[in-house]
Parts: sequence; C-alpha cells; structure tokens
Amino acid sequence: MSSTPSTKGKVTVRQLRERRRILRSFGTGIVLVGAAMLGFFPVVKKWVERLRPPGAIGEKDFLAACIKCGQCVQVCPVKAIKLGDLDEGFGVGVPYIDARSQACDFSCDAVQCVLSCPTEALSHKTDVKEQVRMGIARLSRPKACLAKQGKGFKGTARGADFKGLHRYMHVDRWTPIPMAEYTYDEDLCNLCVQECPIDGAITIERENFNPEKILGTPLVFDKCVGCGMCEMVCPVDPPAIVIDIRKSWGDV
Amino acid sequence: MSLFSSILEMFGKAPGKKPDDSAYSPEAFKIHDTKRDPKGKKERTDAIRAERDLKRSHKWRNWRWFSIIIVNLLFVLSYQLDVQLIEGSLLASRVIGFHMADLNASLQVMIAHKQILTNLVIGTITVLIMWWLLGGRTFCSWVCPYHLLSEIAEYIHLKLTAGKLVRDMAMHRGLRSVLYVIFVLLALVTGYTVFEAISPVGIVSRALIYGPGLALIWVLALLAYEVFVTRRAWCRYMCPIGLTYGFVGITSPVHVKYDLENCLHEGDCRSICLVPHVLEPTKKGFALDTQVTLGADCTRCGMCVDVCPTKSLSFDVKGLNKLL
Repeated sequence: MSSTPSTKGKVTVRQLRERRRILRSFGTGIVLVGAAMLGFFPVVKKWVERLRPPGAIGEKDFLAACIKCGQCVQVCPVKAIKLGDLDEGFGVGVPYIDARSQACDFSCDAVQCVLSCPTEALSHKTDVKEQVRMGIARLSRPKACLAKQGKGFKGTARGADFKGLHRYMHVDRWTPIPMAEYTYDEDLCNLCVQECPIDGAITIERENFNPEKILGTPLVFDKCVGCGMCEMVCPVDPPAIVIDIRKSWGDV
Repeated sequence: MSLFSSILEMFGKAPGKKPDDSAYSPEAFKIHDTKRDPKGKKERTDAIRAERDLKRSHKWRNWRWFSIIIVNLLFVLSYQLDVQLIEGSLLASRVIGFHMADLNASLQVMIAHKQILTNLVIGTITVLIMWWLLGGRTFCSWVCPYHLLSEIAEYIHLKLTAGKLVRDMAMHRGLRSVLYVIFVLLALVTGYTVFEAISPVGIVSRALIYGPGLALIWVLALLAYEVFVTRRAWCRYMCPIGLTYGFVGITSPVHVKYDLENCLHEGDCRSICLVPHVLEPTKKGFALDTQVTLGADCTRCGMCVDVCPTKSLSFDVKGLNKLL
C-alpha cells in the first residue's frame, strides 16, 4: 500500500498549541522589554529636565543610583520633593523639586533628604547647605523684575491661594508657615534677597543715583546653590528669576 | 524532588514524566502500590466525591490578605501620620532606623550604578536573611501589593473562563528567566535601572504611599491582560522579583510539605496554585518518597494547604521539629 500518509510536515494539535504558546511567550516578552525601553526617550531626549534634590550626583548616575523609594520625600519639612511619573521614562519614582510651587528652603537645617538616601544618589559628601549644587539662579526676565523697574512690593508674595511653605526665621524658628500668611511691605522689591537661605548668594545692586526713583538689579554670586527659593518667592508671574538646572559656575 | 531539578523547574523546565517503580523509596512504593490496587478503587472515588460537600477553609488566605494589607498600610500610615516607624516604600525603607532594601531593586541599582554602597549592602543583607528565614517567595504572596490586585484579576479571569468567555492563554515559564537575564544585561549595558520603569510592585507601592499617578495605567493594563488573556501572567511568567526571591527560597527552612499517604490525588491543589509545577509530586505516582518538600518556586501562600481535603499538604519549618 502506497497511501500511508507521511507524518513529515504534519502537525498535531498538541504541537500546534505548543508552538503558539512559545510564540505568545516571545511576543509578550518583546512587548514587555519594549515597554521598558520606551523609558529611554524622555531621558535621552530630555523631554523634562528636573531640578534634583540637594546633593544629587550627576544626572545619569543619579537615575542609576536612585532606588526610587521616596524616603527623601518623607523627611522634607516643606514637602518640596516629588516623585517622577510615567512620562519621565527611567525617571519614574525619581525625586525632583518644582521650585516655583515649592522650593527647598533648607528649613530642615541639615539636608535631611541627603541623610535619608539609602543609595547615596544624594551624595553623603554634602554636609551643609552651602555645599549643595543644584543649579544657578538667573534673572531670566529682567524687564519684568520689580526692582529693575524701581517698584516696591506690598502684600503676600504669591497671593492668598498659594500653597507653598516657607520658614520665616523671625516668625517661627522651627516651623515653616504658608507663604500666603506672610505679608511684605518693601519700597524696592527685594524678596529674592530676603528669602535666600544662603548668605551672600544674591544682592540687589543700585543701578542709578537718582534719589527720586531708585532702580535695582538682582546680582547672583557664585555662592548660589540653586535651591530655587528666589524662583518661588518672586511675585511676578511667570517669575523674573529662575534656576538653570544643573548649571555650575564654570559653565557661565 | 531533588534540589537541582527544583531549581531547573523554577527557571522554566517542564516537570519530568511519571517515575519508574524503581525510583520510589520502599515506603513510598508500598503506598503507591496500594493505591494502584483496583480493589479499593470504589472507596477512593467515593471519598473524593464525599469531599465535594466539604466546606473549604480560608484560614491561610485570610492571614495572608491581612499580612499584605497590614504591611502596606504600615508604610502608608507611617508617612501620613508621620510616626516614622517604617520610612520609605517596598523598594527601600528604614524600619525603626534599620535599613532594608528590596533584593531585586538593590540588585538593579548595583548593576546599573556599578558601585558598592554601604547602606544598600546592609539593607540588602538584612532583607536577604529575613526572607531566607521566612521562605523566599513568601514576599510575593504575603507582602507584595500587586499580588493582591492580581488575585482579584485572577478571580475575575476564572469566572470568565468558567463561562467560556475567555481562555487562559498559557505561556512558557522560561520567559521569566529570559526576562531576568535581559533586564540584568540592560541595567549593566545602559546604566539605567530599566526594569524599575515597568515594575508594578514599585509603582503600586509608591502609588499607595505617595499618591497615584499616570504609572498606574501600566499596572491596570497588566491587570487587564491577566483578566482577559493569561491567568496570573505577571507573577507566573514574567516577574524578575519573584525569581530573585525564588533563589532565596531554595534553601529556606520554611516550606510546604506534602504527605503521600492519605492523598487521593484529586488535584484541587494544582488547580488553584499560582505555580502548579511545584505541586507535581501530588500527581498520582509522582512522589518519590512518603514526604516531599515543595520546590523553590513555591510562594508559600498556603492556598493548597487550605484547599486540601485530606490534610496532605502542610506548612513545615525544617529543623523546628527536631528542636521541639
């Protein structure tokens, strides 16, 4: 009998199922690794550049060393530190500071976030606030600066609805209070200088000698650590002074 | 089951065929032989039928759910109420001041960052010892918050499969080992902790403590996949964290023990188990000895202990019996 069907090339249902199972596993694996690799884009293309907490090591090392646990978030007395979300790729769960809404004003006195970090992504070489290098403040919109226009400032820095906290040493040495509860009254606006937590990082320089209308300009010095307090307190919106993230004095 | 084959099965090897009579221990052979006897068949089937009316215990499941909720609640409350009992999240924390770090997360960080960090090493070793004592993958079923969500997804999935609305699209268990190697290599080569971008464990733990974010969409997608496509897809076939804790569990003293003697081999345990390949010895004629320790991949969830009508499966701590 010549009609014995050849078993070659014929696939049993069981084999077919097994083949599908392997293919499905491959497909799922590729999709999963692909999904993880999507995290590259926001990082490499720098879609979002973030101001990192005090003591942060270089950005690439920072993303690697950070274990994404959020202990720094928990110790911050003004809740300045937030964690990155999905749109930040490998920055998911990595801490950052949005200075305009809540800057670090060092009200913990001892860089608590650095001490809390289990992986030294916030380098333990940082002992005092003066050693911190997060960036440098820059007068980005000089025309909007009130001091530049010779204007004073009265009232709360950011309005009554602003949620941000700040420690006013002469009000309460230990506890930060809402910025909305503190009123200023200045003949020439100098809020950025008043609230700067670092001595000698910023001053208002006289621009003219006309006693009728004094003009000033904020000058940033190399002691600036880039904490963002000036950006937070600046009463014009958008702020006249901002932090250049991760910029160091050598770059300027 | 030998330790070696239990490790291979954890990596994804299919469990072996039914052993020959010569492989059994003399006592096991006696029991297997009695069970093969056609004379007692009716009694045995009657006994299995009688089990249908038994009310199932949920003792271990209830303890386990309690444990998952309590541990994660401690993280949340400790931050919300600022009591500083457990600071951090499941990835790394300080428990009353002591460093703790998730083994897989700390492995990823060390490989990506290529530096030995003292505090991290201390935290990792503490956690390693803790989970070795408690059984390795015990982490999965007793602490991991994603496990609980996944159990809910599994419940819905099983309802849907019972109604023939979906079919469980099983995958090859070797996938997890392949992914494990890929994610280690990716961390090594790119210098980023690539896996953390998609780790549902980290995402859920952070979402619970620091508030929800967009990243939960990814977790929901995974859960949807588990409901409609593959039963327990993440925990069974993908999660590298599970494999890391599986390594720890290889030699752990806490395990589930199987007693051959009274078992009727009805297979209830295998149908509810997250990792049914570890219950291979419960198949008729598969156990080489009268008592078998389940494999390393077992998550020590206790569901099989709960479901077993003949009390043939039980929790056991090696060495403790000798001490007592």
